Amino acid sequence: MTSRDNGIGIVKAARARFEAPFALASGGTLPGFELVYETYGKLNAAKNNAILICHALSGHHHVAGHYADNPKNVGWWDNMIGPGRPIDTDRFFVVGVNNLGGCHGSTGPSSINPATGKPWGADFPVVTVTDWVSAQALLADRLGIAQWAATVGGSLGGMQAMQWTMQFPERVRHALVIAAAPNLTAENIAFNEVARQAILTDAEYKAGRRPVTGLRLARMLGHITYLSDDQMAEKFGRKRRPGSGSYGFGVEFEVESYLNYQGDKFAEWFDADTYLRMTKALDYFDPAAETGGNLQAALARAKARFLVVSFSTDWRFSPQRSREIVDALVHNGQDVAYAEIKSVHGHDSFLMQDAHYHAIMRAYLDGVLP
Amino acid sequence: MTEAELANVIQGRPDFDVIAGWVQPGERVLDLGCGDGSMLRGLIDTRGVLGWGVELDDAKVLAAIRNGVNVIQGDLEGGLADFEDGAFHHVILSLTLQAMRHTETIINEMLRVGREAVVSFPNFGYWQHRQAILNGHMPVSESLPHQWYNTPNVRFFTIADFDDFCAERGILVRERKVFDNGREITEEHNFLGSIGVYRLGRPR
Repeated sequence: MTSRDNGIGIVKAARARFEAPFALASGGTLPGFELVYETYGKLNAAKNNAILICHALSGHHHVAGHYADNPKNVGWWDNMIGPGRPIDTDRFFVVGVNNLGGCHGSTGPSSINPATGKPWGADFPVVTVTDWVSAQALLADRLGIAQWAATVGGSLGGMQAMQWTMQFPERVRHALVIAAAPNLTAENIAFNEVARQAILTDAEYKAGRRPVTGLRLARMLGHITYLSDDQMAEKFGRKRRPGSGSYGFGVEFEVESYLNYQGDKFAEWFDADTYLRMTKALDYFDPAAETGGNLQAALARAKARFLVVSFSTDWRFSPQRSREIVDALVHNGQDVAYAEIKSVHGHDSFLMQDAHYHAIMRAYLDGVLP
Repeated sequence: MTEAELANVIQGRPDFDVIAGWVQPGERVLDLGCGDGSMLRGLIDTRGVLGWGVELDDAKVLAAIRNGVNVIQGDLEGGLADFEDGAFHHVILSLTLQAMRHTETIINEMLRVGREAVVSFPNFGYWQHRQAILNGHMPVSESLPHQWYNTPNVRFFTIADFDDFCAERGILVRERKVFDNGREITEEHNFLGSIGVYRLGRPR
């Protein structure tokens, strides 16, 4: 059991290049692109055991396991994916991919624009969830996967998992849509806009340099919305830093220290132009827009069965938003199971190790193999 | 579902046969308080219905997902606001009405989202229950298996009470079957029957 307890172990990233011009929802075109991805487990002879993991705002292709040269770099959903884990790599062939516009190796703002020979930067086109799904489909073709056993994702990743069922109905048997929503609320778009303004108004960004201050602020704001009030009360309460001053503006409360740390850490490595694009992709996602605002009509195209999961303290993507997806599917007579997990971790709950949440995922996935 | 598994469903649900007889292949069925989904599983496998269930309890939702059933986690006491009018052919509330506080709300909601409501409940007026009361004790029986201190039931009513309830509210009783330990009762329903199963509708 030791190897199982340690997860999948050493993994390697791979790269796929697509030479053909790639038309984007924005009307723009990319002159070819690259996707960096990882795979775990084995594609079976019938090629019907493949699961696509779609990542959220700051995620990437490194979903499980660790790298040989960096054992501390563990995949972001390692507690969910591996031998004997809910997404069981002994049974499934699991694919993680960094989305177009990302900053982890796939073509994005930090890639070289062939037209100029310089990094794209702010000139990189805005990409959408539909663009990502189209790009993921090209990767599926390359890997010989005609149909996913399941598309899986949380948050913005859940939106992609759902988009797959509408954009390529024949290519998805199951969609696991976790902590997601059929579109963003005005409040949600508002949070994203403040985060973008933090970056866009940073003098460094305007000067074409790395907007560390803006990225920090964007992440600090975002981070607040991923947690719950209860969890913050429990984790920090009104606790102060030992020896911190008072009646000033230094870091005094524990929660301030935590947020500053999160902001600093994020600003060190995340690309500002990617952040801008990821939040825009969230804002634009609205599959019902094509059907006059009717989500039922939009989802009617889907042939997949659905598992929808929400978390009780998630106020950024509340359970009620998940219910909208569920209710539209039930209206259409489509297959859907829905679980609302009790959790204190807010929106971030989808990344946490929770026995009941994982049991639900495992139970559903047990029925996914033909 | 194997025959043995189906036998288990029927044993656990004395109203299964009746309900199975009232639904048609291809119909949309909503089972409220679906538990581990075994009744739905049985209706899907033996009657070819399209089924969804609502269940609040975490462990039961998990069991229903294991059974491959379309279970939706939610609280019936809040009504069925998430479902549209006439979305289902049959809405089933099997042996659960007595454990719900908002009796009238749920019956109205069932008749709103379903063309027919199927309701089954233990009959408090069953002769063994009356005998227990006469002997000075709250009844404990096959249909009322809990003790007074641990029962999930909050409404204690008889077949005669439920008939009055429907009559007063203009709810049409399309069909009613009464059982005593799996055997159908044809007379003195309120005295001899331990479980009542009703097919309800609105007058056209």
